[in-house]
Amino acid sequence: MVYLTRKAEFSASHYYNNPDFTPEENRRIFGKCNNPNGHGHNYTLEVTVKGEVDPRSGFVVDLKQLKEVMNHEVLDAMDHRFLNKEVPEFFTRIPTTENLAIAVWQRLETKLQKARLHRVRVYETPDLFVDFYGEQ
Amino acid sequence: MKAHLTRRYLFSASHRLHSPEMSADENRATYGKCNNPHGHGHNYTLEVTVSGPVDSATGMVCNLVDLDGFVEREVLSRYNLENLNTLQEFAEIVPTTENLCIEIFEILQRGFRPAHLDRVRLEETMLNSFEYTGAAEPKR
Repeated sequence: MVYLTRKAEFSASHYYNNPDFTPEENRRIFGKCNNPNGHGHNYTLEVTVKGEVDPRSGFVVDLKQLKEVMNHEVLDAMDHRFLNKEVPEFFTRIPTTENLAIAVWQRLETKLQKARLHRVRVYETPDLFVDFYGEQ
Repeated sequence: MKAHLTRRYLFSASHRLHSPEMSADENRATYGKCNNPHGHGHNYTLEVTVSGPVDSATGMVCNLVDLDGFVEREVLSRYNLENLNTLQEFAEIVPTTENLCIEIFEILQRGFRPAHLDRVRLEETMLNSFEYTGAAEPKR
């Protein structure tokens, strides 16, 4: 089994708010992230796929296909967007880095050919990242 | 939905690698420059990984305010800008980055409750780092 990781970067804004909480609870739990005008990050996405090396091509995965899927499913949908208002998953889910990693996994999982998704890592800043390995 | 969250922290400290059980020659042979009697310093990078289900109300594995507060209070304020050899936990063990990594893991494991502790990774320099995911049986 060989693991291959592809990186990509995108920039987006978000804010954290749960409509089931009172305004005071939202401010207390989410702090500055509750500002309804949002704030932005430069995200780094790392997608790791796993598979056997194809004896004819020497590839685990067709990198071009992986890049196209990442571009189409993630970057086109999320780059330079306000996640809460423009990405359907976050109309009802809070766009934390945890939920972002899960949403990226769900968008990619069914679109990849041959290689299986192993891990989605999303860096919100260089000092904070989330790993998601699928439902375990 | 279980996710793994990693946060990085920075601190600086000095240490000297020297074992009282070895002769002076053995210490020099084993630890090289790190055995310099006056010690030397590093800018350490600490990575703490916790995991758990993503809370459906908050979207979080754990509130970063809790993790940051705990690490600041129990780890960074203890080690930042200190000489590790002077601390009680290194009175009898050599403050290698391996041992420091294990100490930090155990501090977190003993006291941090909001999420499960998976891993502590400690970079001593850009070129070397150490990871600890816990003993099979707790030391204490």
